Amino acid sequence: MSKLIFEISRKDRRAFELLSTRIEQKKAEELFPERYLRKEPARLPEVSELDVVRHFTELSTRNFGVDSGFYPLGSCTMKYNPKINEKVASYSGFANIHPYQPESTVQGALRLMYELSGSLAEITGMDKISLQPSAGAQGEMAGLMVIKKYHEKMGEYQRNKIICPDSAHGTNPASAAISGFDILQVKSNERGMVDVDELKRLVGSDTAGLMLTNPNTLGLFEEDIVEIASIIHKAGGLLYYDGANANAILGKSRPGDMGFDVVHLNLHKTFTTPHGGGGPGAGPIGVKEFLYPFVSVPVIEEKDGTYYLDYNRPDSIGKVKAFYGNFLILVRAYAYILSMGAEGLADVSSNAVLNANYMLSRLKDVYDVPFGERCMHEFVISGEKQKKMGASTISIAKRLLDYGYHPPTIYFPLVVKEAMMIEPTEAESMETLDEFIAVLRKINDEIEDNPEEVNHSPHTTVVGRLDEVKAARTPVVKYSFENNDQ
Amino acid sequence: MHKYIPNTSEEIKEMIDRIGVASVDELFSTIPDEIRFKGKLNLPKKMTEQELDKYMRELAAMNSSTDDLICFLGAGAYDHYIPSVVNALTSRSEFYTAYTPYQAEISQGVLQAIFEFQTMVSEITGMDAANASMYDGSSSTAEACSIALVNAHKRNRILVSEGLHPETRKVIHTYMSGRDAVIVEIPLKDGETDYDELALLCDDATAAVCIQSPNFFGIVEDMDKAGEIAHANNAAFIVNTDLIALGILKPPSESGADFVVGEAQGLGNPLSFGGPHLGFFATTNKYLRKMPGRIVGETNDAEGRRGYVLTLQAREQHIRREKATSNICSNHALNALAATIYMSVLGKKGLQELALRCANNARYASEKLVETGKFHLKYNKPFFKEFLLEAEEDPSEINKRLLESGILGGYETKRCYPGLQKGWLVAVTERRTKAEIDDLAKKAGGKS
Amino acid sequence: MANAERRYSKDHEWVRVEGNEAYIGITEFAQDQLGDIVYVELPEVSSSVEKDEVVCAVESVKTAADIISPVSGTVIAINEELADQPEMINEDPYSAWIMQIELSDPTELGELMNAAEYATYCENEE
Repeated sequence: MSKLIFEISRKDRRAFELLSTRIEQKKAEELFPERYLRKEPARLPEVSELDVVRHFTELSTRNFGVDSGFYPLGSCTMKYNPKINEKVASYSGFANIHPYQPESTVQGALRLMYELSGSLAEITGMDKISLQPSAGAQGEMAGLMVIKKYHEKMGEYQRNKIICPDSAHGTNPASAAISGFDILQVKSNERGMVDVDELKRLVGSDTAGLMLTNPNTLGLFEEDIVEIASIIHKAGGLLYYDGANANAILGKSRPGDMGFDVVHLNLHKTFTTPHGGGGPGAGPIGVKEFLYPFVSVPVIEEKDGTYYLDYNRPDSIGKVKAFYGNFLILVRAYAYILSMGAEGLADVSSNAVLNANYMLSRLKDVYDVPFGERCMHEFVISGEKQKKMGASTISIAKRLLDYGYHPPTIYFPLVVKEAMMIEPTEAESMETLDEFIAVLRKINDEIEDNPEEVNHSPHTTVVGRLDEVKAARTPVVKYSFENNDQ
Repeated sequence: MHKYIPNTSEEIKEMIDRIGVASVDELFSTIPDEIRFKGKLNLPKKMTEQELDKYMRELAAMNSSTDDLICFLGAGAYDHYIPSVVNALTSRSEFYTAYTPYQAEISQGVLQAIFEFQTMVSEITGMDAANASMYDGSSSTAEACSIALVNAHKRNRILVSEGLHPETRKVIHTYMSGRDAVIVEIPLKDGETDYDELALLCDDATAAVCIQSPNFFGIVEDMDKAGEIAHANNAAFIVNTDLIALGILKPPSESGADFVVGEAQGLGNPLSFGGPHLGFFATTNKYLRKMPGRIVGETNDAEGRRGYVLTLQAREQHIRREKATSNICSNHALNALAATIYMSVLGKKGLQELALRCANNARYASEKLVETGKFHLKYNKPFFKEFLLEAEEDPSEINKRLLESGILGGYETKRCYPGLQKGWLVAVTERRTKAEIDDLAKKAGGKS
Repeated sequence: MANAERRYSKDHEWVRVEGNEAYIGITEFAQDQLGDIVYVELPEVSSSVEKDEVVCAVESVKTAADIISPVSGTVIAINEELADQPEMINEDPYSAWIMQIELSDPTELGELMNAAEYATYCENEE
């Protein structure tokens, strides 16, 4: 068991030092009215610098990242995060600049953002990019608000329905709802794609738009996309592209050419910025020219070689975050684009799709494949057969931990029972894929022989399966100092 | 072959044979021909790592950083010193190359660190619970407004003080534009929220009252009064604050806060041209199961070993979908880790010492600047690490002159407050020395 | 098993009527689908509810289910024991009532299923 930092605290130990100063130091009571003051200090730990280093180093050893091993978490694109990206993002000229500095002192930063916007527009086939959203979900909200604002500008206030497939990421309907839309769900057909006939029935004068991931969350390219776009556009709606799966289409097909009006990209997926244990990411959006007046302020413009922030945009949705975007993430993404080039990016998608299909071809005789023989950059298999033998998908995932792998995304998409969504990415070698395939096949054998062994996994991790019911019934979300007073 | 793509041509051949296709291109045949991208993307030429490094250095060199400039600019982003241990530890790639800790057994490191972060934020704010982080202070404030609104049956007014950061107010407006909400901005009176006006406007249609303290002008507001007015009308009380200030200032919980939110960039995270920063979000047990974002809880395994998991997930978008109050999925976990390490370095005494140093430095700087005779303090109210001066000269001119001397001057309030054309908002952190402050006063006071 | 004295909704709630008042809970089928219940969000006493309106929710670790009122009326009592012991629903869903409603339109009860009808309904759901 790893101690909490509060449990290694010793009175009067310290890791903090201030500059010495010749400025007269008044006490808090002399600076503020008594009733404004804190009576008891916050119980932060009292530790030495080495205590801090040992503590967090130990925690890092209890964590698994892409650098630790294969991480085929579907829909998350856990590919290698190049070290050069980290290096350039740490340059003081990027990390230590204030958002309100005069524009003349941040020309390099503005230029980088401007150039990145150009590259992202080209990759997605959109006209303009807004770099502001902090993450994919915030990008969705920003993009949907752009759609809303556009319809309002056109006087079509009745367009209040957003259509989402039943296979959509949870953020899609959630973002649409918080942006003020009602949600209509369109079913997947027997091929795992949007049911076009049902879509035709759902559209109308109240249609604001359709949100679609393409390839979708089953790893399938929506083959009817051109017709879908036409149905939505004819009904007066707009198309929103969830870029979570953009790793499949770089240089192969562009959302703008497919008919989408708004896209968001997850730079922490497709463009190799690290996931950070849950963030920060960045979720820039791209729009067609006619929607550009509505994106959040400011946008970055260039005139005669000088870059500036343009706030004068009366139709804008406003701001979705303070300042301009997750800049240091943007730096990393641009570094990646520059290190790949156009051909390199097309190779990314070629190899991502090749790797996924190879894995699928070598697993389909053992695990059920609900949709199709082929896939794009990821695929979904079902553990239904294994469940019948006595071990469900959660146990397969936990057993993978014993073999040193991060499991796939499980129980998503919701349209597949016992789903396992596997995304190998282009960064992994054939040997890695072969080893993982062998393990998944072996786990199937283990379930045939003795499902209980699999059901009790993991056996090798620092803790076993944790009691999530207890955690949620009687939540303990902070350390209790009372039990161990300093 | 690219160094980030390991497949050799021999392996590619083997793989396509196994799949049963003639070429890799055939795998893309499900994309209708009319929307296949046929050309080559018009992107900058591929760079080798050395070329890239050089180009990025060139771009970085076009910016003047706070290593080059003496920074007196704040207004929501602060130049605090970051001890070396912070980056040394957040650079461990087991942390930064991991995703959200869905698989608890192999994510105990980040889960425990978040649990420690939640504990520290709860402890400093005095609240019952805190979440694993939000994108930034502006979105965490907007999310608090959302929850207050959703849980205040049929009340739809949100009263927001003009002392709240202008960008945060803009973000609240955007976030609320999709909801049935009316946002009313409460003016300031002598640099502090006009409490008479607040009391007048706060009524039984008010879902929440949102106050920032220290406010945008650095002034410590009368939170007890604000809390009383909110609660007298059964409205939720949202406090946006600075965790460093709470080293010496009373925790908002003691003024009856229902939500304590804000920006925590200053705790171990660089200015980063505005992002990624770090939002925090704390609340009472009443709203625990309504909080947005990830929450880590303590539990145990079958052998009784202590461990940590993501918990109370039934609140979240991946389960509630369109019924979720928030759409947040990823957060700013790595920034929260940096803040956790930073707060561990600070410790119980360090947080107080840091807060007091900032306050004393700001006090000293205000006195020196006023002594020049070219400025007066706009408001006579207690302030923390930032204060508003009214200048004789146009602050733009002052800032230009300072920049020539390598000083990054204060925020020009005319950018967002039309009534404060000559307002100059100066921030002074613990990094500033007496000599730097004296120099600022000398140069800001006039041409020498 | 489903009991003859109770009526059942398509949303898997049961209703037990006593005079002009009704106790409402979730069925065995519903608790089984949800799994371990970790939290019951209870409605406010004296709030009025409409038939088919979402009045509260039941949460398990991985799901959240809205409780949709099968009848209209006023909430006159809630089962406060569930706040600390949500597992009571798993253990005995037909004893663990969630709320008691004073009916405003008893004719609505006619639209609910009896035990046999509900059993058939559940078979088709699986």
